[in-house]
Amino acid sequence: MVEITRKQVIPGDVIVTGDYRPGMYVQRRGNDMVALRVGLAEIIRNDVKVIPLSGAYIPKVEDQVVGKVVNVTGYGWEADINSCFVGYLPGQFVFGRDFSPATHDLTTRFTVGDLMLAKIEAFDRTRDPQLSIRGPDLGKIPQGEIIKISPMKVPRLIGRKGYMINMIAELTALQIKVGQNGVIVLDGPAEGIAKAVQVIQLIEQEAHMADLTAKVQQLLGVQPGAAPAQPMGGENTGE
Amino acid sequence: MDENGIRTDGRRWDELRPLKIEVGVLKNADGSAKIEWGKNIIMAAVYGPKEMHPKHLELADRAVLKCRYHMAPFSVDERKNPAPSRREIEISKVIREALQPALFLEDYPRTAIQVYVEILQSDGGSRVAGITAAALALADAGINMRDLVVGCAVGKVDGKIVLDLNDTEDKEGSGDMPYAFMPNLNQVTLLQMDGLFTHDEFKQALELAKVGGMKVYKIQREALLQRYFSGGGPETSTTTAEMMEEA
Repeated sequence: MVEITRKQVIPGDVIVTGDYRPGMYVQRRGNDMVALRVGLAEIIRNDVKVIPLSGAYIPKVEDQVVGKVVNVTGYGWEADINSCFVGYLPGQFVFGRDFSPATHDLTTRFTVGDLMLAKIEAFDRTRDPQLSIRGPDLGKIPQGEIIKISPMKVPRLIGRKGYMINMIAELTALQIKVGQNGVIVLDGPAEGIAKAVQVIQLIEQEAHMADLTAKVQQLLGVQPGAAPAQPMGGENTGE
Repeated sequence: MDENGIRTDGRRWDELRPLKIEVGVLKNADGSAKIEWGKNIIMAAVYGPKEMHPKHLELADRAVLKCRYHMAPFSVDERKNPAPSRREIEISKVIREALQPALFLEDYPRTAIQVYVEILQSDGGSRVAGITAAALALADAGINMRDLVVGCAVGKVDGKIVLDLNDTEDKEGSGDMPYAFMPNLNQVTLLQMDGLFTHDEFKQALELAKVGGMKVYKIQREALLQRYFSGGGPETSTTTAEMMEEA
């Protein structure tokens, strides 16, 4: 079995021929494994997958997203989650089981325009995604600067075990909330925000490049090459 | 065509007009492409998948593909009325049907995907140029696709089958056959014909369209790779693991 890493593919390209298992954005056609997206193909053991380089956000259960309330209905809130589907946060998830539209005023918690960090609780082809704010760090986002990037590049921004995003947060003294939907909220000192925006834009532009970590470290003013790709700790955690 | 077999614009029977394609030219679209093919200048833009409006037209099990082929008023010599003409409505429909087989619409239920094909300057074969650009715009928008779609036209001029008609040949010639296909799957998604072809001529024309189409596909492919992978150069595999795995 050949192993392939980061092969550049476009829709319709045959990634490999043989007995493999098609994964993300890959279709089996006879014996051929065919890419369905523009991206980088990878084969690890028997699994073939394509890491897409473009595309809109499609909700996935357990994803953390940043949503903006666009409507308050009688029973819950509708939030724009930067997707073709509207997220719905039911009142019960916020007020508890005894929630009743008669006794609880929904607008005391979220009103139109409020931001929230939420989790996709349930989503399938037939229904719009259901949101939940139960969980660590989830809930209303009181303040911060919003920037948006392509949702396909969010995993790169987060990095392995959150390495990249933690590094940026620490070196800029910011609180950073990242949604899988490509919406990022930055909170903290202004100069930190300016720096972080630069870094995030760099990551978005060069997400498919190999030496990204070094470039980010350089931009943040630390020695590049010091402890690449290790989860947290190490010499460059404090400024 | 003159006695040496040279056409009005100096090409031989099996030559394409100059072709240039660029992907990702519009900032506000989710995917876009610009194609310059002969005197054609065409922009294709894709928006979506997004919420379907009006809501009652959405489909529970797949996305609705909407296409608009439109000629700008200044795209032809005499001002064209910007209202959609009978011809534009027909071409919008055939473009939609040419693109649809390449898309996994069932991956995006209850949504709409909107494709705009805007002719800024028109020449012969604008529908196939539009399809070629629209396929790239769809790939740029990150919509799951079985294959790209390539368009190419052939026709009959002075009793001879020629590749890629220009405007004059289209108007003065005796036949015209737009053709679109998915090159890797080798499946035809558009085949129209205007004029009279004998059985043999038709076969010959179809063969020529395939050959021409593959040449177009090469350029189309290059354009897409250029957009996403230029400047990156060959990449090392060291950061593969680091890349996408998050906690």
